[in-house]
Amino acid sequence: MKLVKVTIDGIRTEAEDRTPLVQVAQKIGVKIPTLCHHPLVEPYGVCRICTVEVHMRGRVRLVTACNYPVTDGIEVFTQTDRVRRTRKLILEWLLARCGHVPLLNTLAAEYGITEPRFGRGDDTCILCGLCVRVCSDVVGAHALGFFNRGTTRYVGTPYDEPSDRCIACGACVEVCPTGCITMDDEVEQIRGELPLGPMTAIYIPTMQAVPHQPVIDYDSCIHFKTDACRVCAAVCEAKAIDHGQQDRREEIQVGSIIVATGFQPVDPQKVPQYGFGRYPNVVTALQVEHMVNASGPTNGQVLLKDGSRPQSVGIIHCVGSRDKNTHEYCSRVCCMYSLKLAHLVHERSGAKVYNFYIDMRSAGKGYEEFYNHLLEEGCEFIRGRVAEVSDWAVTPAEQGKLVIRVEDTLAGLVRRIPVDMVVLSTGLEAREDADEVRRLFNMSCSSEGWFLERHPKLAPVSTFTDGVFIAGCAQGPKDIPDTVAQAGAAAAEALALIDTGQVELEAYTAWIDEERCSGCQICVPLCPFSAIEFSREKKVSTLNEALCKGCGTCVAACPSHAAQQHHFTDAQIMTEIEGVLVR
Amino acid sequence: MAEKPKVAFYWCASCGGCEEAVVDLEEQILKVVDAVDIVLWPVALDFKRRDIEAMPDQSIAVAFINGGIRMSEQEEWVHMLRKKARIVVAFGACAHLGGIPGLANLADRRRIFDTVYREVPTQEGQPGTFPQESSEPDGNRLALPAFWDEVKALDQVIDVDYYLPGCAPPPKLIWGAIEAILTGALPPKGAVLSPNKACCDDCPRKDSKPDKIELTEIKRPATHVADPDLCFLAQGFVCLGPATRSGCGNPCIEGNMPCRGCMGPMDDVFDQGAKFLSAFASILAPKTEAEIDRLLDQIPDPVGTFYRFSLPKSLLHRRRPGATV
Amino acid sequence: MATTAFEPRIVAFFCNWCTYTASDLAGTARLAYEPTAPVIRVMCSGRVDPQFVLKALQEGADGVLIGGCHPGDCHYQEGNYKTLRRFRLLKRILSQFGVEDERVRLEWISASEGDRVQHVINEMTDQLRKLGPWHARS
Ligand code: SF4
Ligand code: SF4
Ligand code: SF4
Ligand code: SF4
Ligand code: SF4
Ligand code: FES
Ligand code: FES
Repeated sequence: MKLVKVTIDGIRTEAEDRTPLVQVAQKIGVKIPTLCHHPLVEPYGVCRICTVEVHMRGRVRLVTACNYPVTDGIEVFTQTDRVRRTRKLILEWLLARCGHVPLLNTLAAEYGITEPRFGRGDDTCILCGLCVRVCSDVVGAHALGFFNRGTTRYVGTPYDEPSDRCIACGACVEVCPTGCITMDDEVEQIRGELPLGPMTAIYIPTMQAVPHQPVIDYDSCIHFKTDACRVCAAVCEAKAIDHGQQDRREEIQVGSIIVATGFQPVDPQKVPQYGFGRYPNVVTALQVEHMVNASGPTNGQVLLKDGSRPQSVGIIHCVGSRDKNTHEYCSRVCCMYSLKLAHLVHERSGAKVYNFYIDMRSAGKGYEEFYNHLLEEGCEFIRGRVAEVSDWAVTPAEQGKLVIRVEDTLAGLVRRIPVDMVVLSTGLEAREDADEVRRLFNMSCSSEGWFLERHPKLAPVSTFTDGVFIAGCAQGPKDIPDTVAQAGAAAAEALALIDTGQVELEAYTAWIDEERCSGCQICVPLCPFSAIEFSREKKVSTLNEALCKGCGTCVAACPSHAAQQHHFTDAQIMTEIEGVLVR
Repeated sequence: MAEKPKVAFYWCASCGGCEEAVVDLEEQILKVVDAVDIVLWPVALDFKRRDIEAMPDQSIAVAFINGGIRMSEQEEWVHMLRKKARIVVAFGACAHLGGIPGLANLADRRRIFDTVYREVPTQEGQPGTFPQESSEPDGNRLALPAFWDEVKALDQVIDVDYYLPGCAPPPKLIWGAIEAILTGALPPKGAVLSPNKACCDDCPRKDSKPDKIELTEIKRPATHVADPDLCFLAQGFVCLGPATRSGCGNPCIEGNMPCRGCMGPMDDVFDQGAKFLSAFASILAPKTEAEIDRLLDQIPDPVGTFYRFSLPKSLLHRRRPGATV
Repeated sequence: MATTAFEPRIVAFFCNWCTYTASDLAGTARLAYEPTAPVIRVMCSGRVDPQFVLKALQEGADGVLIGGCHPGDCHYQEGNYKTLRRFRLLKRILSQFGVEDERVRLEWISASEGDRVQHVINEMTDQLRKLGPWHARS
């Protein structure tokens, strides 16, 4: 790497030989206007707004900084009269084509143009070609191109048809300096779907993610569609991005496992009378949670689908909980998160908030106090299960609103309450794949699909499989403090196991009486844990009690009464049979 | 010279093979005859019931009784022998477990009479003429022993001291038992006078067993020729060896026939057939009901196969009387 | 009349991890069912020796119920497959012994199916009531 000396507007600096001048200037804080330049695409030198004066070995030249490679000893001037005059002229020409583009007008003001000499054209595209280049060189989609020449030159897609090569990545929109290209329904889409997933192909999953590192979403990354782009790799100074990484299957030997696979929210469409999916302003609590997040899609604002603020919001509790049609159990967390959202929605939007509840379950430290606080805040609480949400207005006040029909069991009457937004406090349910996970770890599930603890009081985080523990909502609905406490308990149990370095054997293992064993080897293939082996010297089968889990299958099969099981001997069970049949 | 110990041999419902077994002692029989005084041996010598009745109680040192108990007369005899003898040995599989005659417990007296005296094509005379316990042909009163619904093993009728298993008991075990009795070196009462290990223990084919026996096919000697060297079970034959006491010397195996279980179960096994069933079913390969059933169809008579010698001594003893299934 | 009515007695062998837990669940859920089936707990249905079934019948049980985990769910992976094989063969000898089909039953009941325990025991009790007592000895 060869370093050269460069002076820009009197400031001396060093740069790698043949670096584009615009980059060197930027580094030392000298501003040079650009239009058709973008650091991620090859310089094109077509708008010429970056014109500067270069003095080299006594020669003075006007050059475009975006594609001029620096050489040793050059002196650059970016603000000479000549430069300014030239840029002014260029701007006037650009305005003659695109007279109303804000960016050009801001620049024009800087150069003292009030009335451009050649008038103002109505176009918005300055033909800088950034979009064309980014689409081909970076994205690799080759959806855009230049058509015609001279004054009729324009950017478009072949035959002016919507291009099937376009992957809707929006890169052209992003780079277009004039805002000529737009993505019409972009905002719509974001509001409409309120995506919880990645908004870009490369993202940090959540603010609190551990490790706090970005990941690339294979399905939305352009590189994996067109083989091009790699913009992220180009801008990453740490050179941390490796698109060649492959999925790896790793086998890790562990002594204990904590299963904390969590829950899934109940699908609100299972309660169709609340109109989720039919009315755009019926949203789930999770979507509101997303909105109130300062780094979320609405920057922390609570907005209706049309982007306006709601005047009134109804929060319906127990959606998918305490209901024979969905789940009979109480999801435990919805009351309190509904209260939290009620508070936040009111705070962010000033809306009037109604809570529709069956019972307020605010058990927990500080919870009841929070509930009282909301009552003081003026939040409305209506006791009763909501019958229906509809847009069927019967009074003018209901026009254009969502109407919540509910029996107010405290007032003893059926009410219709019009609101702008309905929030469904969906319950928690076992994950779809709970059964697979359960099988994998040889655990049991309750009928609702929650993993079963060995004993609710005596072994609350243990399972029926030694060394496998459970924590969190995988075991049953619970809030964050409870989850953390349970996780701590599970971790402690796991650590205790690691710490002792030895496992306690089951008390009810099997054993083989070698005096009686004939070596028939019936038992050998039966043991799922390979605890039994036939000894070729002794000619009998031997049982490793450390491996035996005590199922007793071999015992039931041994035709010689040689394999027996501690605490479950034939004699004991036979006596038990006699015992239960005593009259 | 002290009086020689008195020995009695008696037969009940049996084939006579056990008597043969005594003769099979060959020249050792002479030693027996030297050492003891045989007071009863219907197959060889002529004694009358009243001769025994006349003897004082406990005067016989040992009574070897073979055969199952199926008729009233047999019951009377064994009760009497129990009184007269200090030691009673159940001799052979039938006395020990009920034996082959015990398979009749799948039927009852009526069914048996119907078959034998009415239905069989070789029936002579008047079909349906059943034996009567008492009748008066030509004015003479004639009594026949009562025929029971059920065959019993000896210890289901009288108290038994020892068992000599086998169909028939192998001479080696018989001689061992006699020696033990003569020398007084007897094991605790109730013992089976044969090693408490299964046939596999000293089976010449034991070493051919594979690491893991898993059956996908069940074979029968009637339909398949067995390899003469490989473990029968591993070949898919129902070999009761694993569930049957050893001591027989494996004559069946040597003759390329799988063990049929005549020596009976090991100590602490309650039901030889069920125990073998459990062992055997465990090593079948299929996992679904349909596949399991398909495989099991290859055992046409499971009770006859697993309980060939032990039906009366099984936990259920017999088919439920009057059962319709 | 109530004093003479026949009440069947069932011996139930339940595996510790599924059916036994399910019967426990039936208890905590206060599901009432016929008091006809005392439970003998075994660690796995694979421990159920066919001898136990015969012993129960011999001791005067009118029915025997074996409960285990669903296939594929055995806590010991495969114990219940062995149970199934033994059971299929046992059924064949039982029918030769004249034991009616309803008297001996194998059911897969998972830990969560407390209601199934209730249902099976009630149903079996009903069937046995109709069938009458099992006399092991004539
Ligand atoms: S949105 Fe379409 S046209 Fe624009 S850069 Fe991406 S692929 Fe090219
Ligand atoms: S089944 Fe029993 S006799 Fe046979 S090898 Fe195993 S322990 Fe020994
Ligand atoms: S009891 Fe079960 S785990 Fe233990 S050795 Fe026997 S088959 Fe294996
Ligand atoms: S199963 Fe039969 S053939 Fe095989 S080793 Fe045992 S006795 Fe011998
Ligand atoms: S091999 Fe079996 S059937 Fe044959 S004599 Fe021995 S014990 Fe009896
Ligand atoms: S920015 Fe250099 S020519 Fe357009
Ligand atoms: S543990 Fe339930 S059947 Fe094996």
